[in-house]
Amino acid sequence: MPKLKPIDVIRSALWKNNPVTVQILGICSTLAVTNIFLNTLIMGLGLTFVTAFSSLTISLMRNIIPPRVRMMVQTLVIASFVVIVDIVLKAYVPNISKALGPYVGLIITNCIIMGRLEAFASSNKPSLAFLDGIMSGFGYSYVILVIAFVRELLGFGTILGYQIMNPLMHAIGYSEGWIQWAFMIMAPGGFFMLALFIWIANNLATHKIAHKG
Amino acid sequence: MEGLSPWVIFFASIFTGNILLVYFLGMCSFLSVSKQVNTALGLGLAVTFVLTITSALNYVVYFYVLEPLGIEYLRYIAFIVVIAAAVQLIEMVIERFSESLYINLGIFLPLITVNCAILGVSLFMVIRNYTFIQSVMFGAGSGLGWLLAILAMAGIRQRLNESKIPAGLRGPGIVLIISGMMAMAFIGFSGIVQIQ
Repeated sequence: MPKLKPIDVIRSALWKNNPVTVQILGICSTLAVTNIFLNTLIMGLGLTFVTAFSSLTISLMRNIIPPRVRMMVQTLVIASFVVIVDIVLKAYVPNISKALGPYVGLIITNCIIMGRLEAFASSNKPSLAFLDGIMSGFGYSYVILVIAFVRELLGFGTILGYQIMNPLMHAIGYSEGWIQWAFMIMAPGGFFMLALFIWIANNLATHKIAHKG
Repeated sequence: MEGLSPWVIFFASIFTGNILLVYFLGMCSFLSVSKQVNTALGLGLAVTFVLTITSALNYVVYFYVLEPLGIEYLRYIAFIVVIAAAVQLIEMVIERFSESLYINLGIFLPLITVNCAILGVSLFMVIRNYTFIQSVMFGAGSGLGWLLAILAMAGIRQRLNESKIPAGLRGPGIVLIISGMMAMAFIGFSGIVQIQ
């Protein structure tokens, strides 16, 4: 196997093998929170923290874990970090913690973390594994942040709680202001937005390959 | 949540509060195992079975062990261990008693441990403060709701094989769009029963 450079790890996680658009992992637990931008941001940060530190831990222990109980050890490591995230959120941002509800706990079953541990951390050195964890977390976060941005903007007409669309509509002469797309806040909006994002990402990727070849 | 009839919760979790189409839980296996109707049915049944049992077990663990000891914050770890152990146990029991069931369900059981729907139902049940009977009905209903969604999707996807789909949407993209349409259809049920 050729030696991996940090830059390759970063590139792969952010675009070429983006966990969401290319590997379609981990959409289970977090599509639900993408209707409000702030919640999504907190969720992305929490997930990045858990992925980075569980990658580091597993990578440090990679030579002493017996292969048979590997999965169980990984799950327990992830669960421990999620407990830390949960307690921190409860202490410092209780409102958001309440809004996220069970979805913080569901970081445990987010396939991205398990996937990175299996595919990368269990066979690479700790520093690279840590970097890979952070970058996979970012690769995941920016996708869900884009989705959340569109959903909150169209659904509530706001970003981070600030009215954006209302003044805009008044400025161009609609006195009624922004009519909220209730559809965007509900589940179907999430499905359609993600499908759209994957579609655009796939088209960009094939476009690039076609030009190279 | 005391007054709510378990049957209301049961039907609501199948239709109006569908665990997959409303709460996005269990998406990973939903996307990857919905290509064939037969396998979808097998996985759906296995999920329903495991959900019913683990929601009962986790209820006991949470309210009779974790809460009296004041260590509720360990619930994530406790739940995931209970789920993994239950899945392993169920696998062994099925293998011993029914060969044909094992061949049909067996391959799906290890997958289920990391299915978000299983952990999600246990977490919802704690947050919504259900009683024991309500929790079990919620687990069974959620499992059936998931089965219904994946079965419908598998049926649609078998037809999709012959249709022309834009290149960038092939695979997960088109499945997500169809899920979105199914979610819209399920919103239509919301007048019947409602939880939360």
